[in-house]
Amino acid sequence: MSRKLKEKIGFGSLAVCTFLAIIPVLLIIAYLIYVGGPAITWEFITQPPHGFLKEGGIFPAIIGTLGLTTGTIIVALPLGIGTAIYLVEYSKQNFFTTLIRIAIINLAGVPSVVYGLFGLGLFVLMLNFGRSLVAGALTLGFLTLPVIISAAEEALIAVPDDYRNASLALGATHWQTISRIVLPTAMPSILTGAILGIGRAAGETAPIMFTCAAIYIPSLPNSIFDQVMALPYHLYAVATQVPNVPESKAFGAAIVLIAIVCGLNLIAIIIRTKMRLKNTR
Amino acid sequence: MNKKFVKYYEKGIKYLLALVAGTSILILFLIFIFLFKEGIGIFAKVGILNFIFGMEWLPASEPPIFGAMPMIVGSLVVTVGAGIIAIPFGIGIAMFLAEVAPRNLREILKAIIELLAGIPSVVYGFIGLIVLSPIIKDLFNLSSGLNAFTASLVLGIMALPTVVSISEDALNAVPDSYREASLALGATKWETTIRIILPSARSGLLAASMLGLGRAIGETMAVLMVAGNATIIPHSVFDPVRTITADIAAEMGETVQGGTHYQALFGLGVILFSMTFVINLITDLVFAKTSNIQRGAQL
Repeated sequence: MSRKLKEKIGFGSLAVCTFLAIIPVLLIIAYLIYVGGPAITWEFITQPPHGFLKEGGIFPAIIGTLGLTTGTIIVALPLGIGTAIYLVEYSKQNFFTTLIRIAIINLAGVPSVVYGLFGLGLFVLMLNFGRSLVAGALTLGFLTLPVIISAAEEALIAVPDDYRNASLALGATHWQTISRIVLPTAMPSILTGAILGIGRAAGETAPIMFTCAAIYIPSLPNSIFDQVMALPYHLYAVATQVPNVPESKAFGAAIVLIAIVCGLNLIAIIIRTKMRLKNTR
Repeated sequence: MNKKFVKYYEKGIKYLLALVAGTSILILFLIFIFLFKEGIGIFAKVGILNFIFGMEWLPASEPPIFGAMPMIVGSLVVTVGAGIIAIPFGIGIAMFLAEVAPRNLREILKAIIELLAGIPSVVYGFIGLIVLSPIIKDLFNLSSGLNAFTASLVLGIMALPTVVSISEDALNAVPDSYREASLALGATKWETTIRIILPSARSGLLAASMLGLGRAIGETMAVLMVAGNATIIPHSVFDPVRTITADIAAEMGETVQGGTHYQALFGLGVILFSMTFVINLITDLVFAKTSNIQRGAQL
């Protein structure tokens, strides 16, 4: 066989492999939208469920997920950015920072269901928050922390040292330099990474199963110590736990969940692409 | 502003940030403590070896029996299955992206893969349950489409983005001088890719594979929904299995806090945590090697 032909076959099979893996998944998602699309009505999105999920909409689940997402941001963003600032701007390589890095790498690998067990043990039982929005948000926040730290670290490292030196030379203190020069420069790219991480948290189910989510609460939560419905857990419940729910309700919930998560991802991707274009100009 | 005040203010901020940075260590430590604190009871009651190697898991029988082996096997089976799908496809796609695809196509494909990575696992589970499992059932003439094979397929697709993106980084990290040298010696692009680029990126590709496996073994919702959930040791890939993660998720709701069943589920959590810890450790070692190689190449 000629070497040119071999090359054609080799690269051809790589292309086939790529499209073989990606196209069926896209087709399935298209099918999901095709079947579930008609289920999505104004009523479905803005009304609470009734008749134990068999009728009505998913409004409380959407609100619950938005609440959990907000809580995740409140917990993870300050901790994540603070950690990254310390690692990049303050600390030298020492035992403490090595320990932090080992912890971050390992936290990133802990399965989400283990975070659920941890949240159950610490927040729900020991601190006596009960199954509640706040317990779920703390669990999801800790789960997201490693992603946000890595994103923020990368963004801070990418800020040129000239900026820091110029600011310091003008007489600014270390913290003034960080808070007024370095952080604003790095912010768009920190946010990109953070949104990706938070999007993932919004779709998590296992960590909120034991810490927060309820199958059926038609009313909205009154305080952060209430249980809430959440979209991912709602989808799991209508698909497997509750009998005789019309299939279209599950399809509809799946689409709304995908829309929220992919919407967040899309925002992040757009910010990043814009930044890339700006930087190459 | 007073000079002394500024100095203390700056110092204060530094220590505050150090404290914040320390929370990661605290969280990992707490996870460790809570798993063991809640799970230690089962090891004391049943015995560590009996718990890990016990062949039966009957939490509702009288007296209940807690042997984790069916779930450990279940987790390993679907993880290996996912690896068989995700690793070759993932590395193949990464090669296509890094070496073959024109720039526009590459950007589009990367955006799609990133979106696939963002789809929640419960949605993959739902798709597996509603769309995939009936197809598998008809295709192989089975009594149920919910089995280890379907679970592996779904997990494989879910692990794909992880494998692709890290493999692509590894391939891109191979210095262009390697490519140019090989091409200059008369090798075709394909020969260069197979004989130069792949071996040079070896450790990065290994790390990508390990992280993909780590993702698969810790995955919960998708396997809970499509693996069939029988607590038996499977005899074929078309038997239903229950993974460690799925068992914890499925049974935690029925337990009483501090009861034997509750402790047994935290015991499973300890086993799962240890497995992912080992996978992480291997990945770290491989990664450390990668960066050494890259450092070597720069010297």
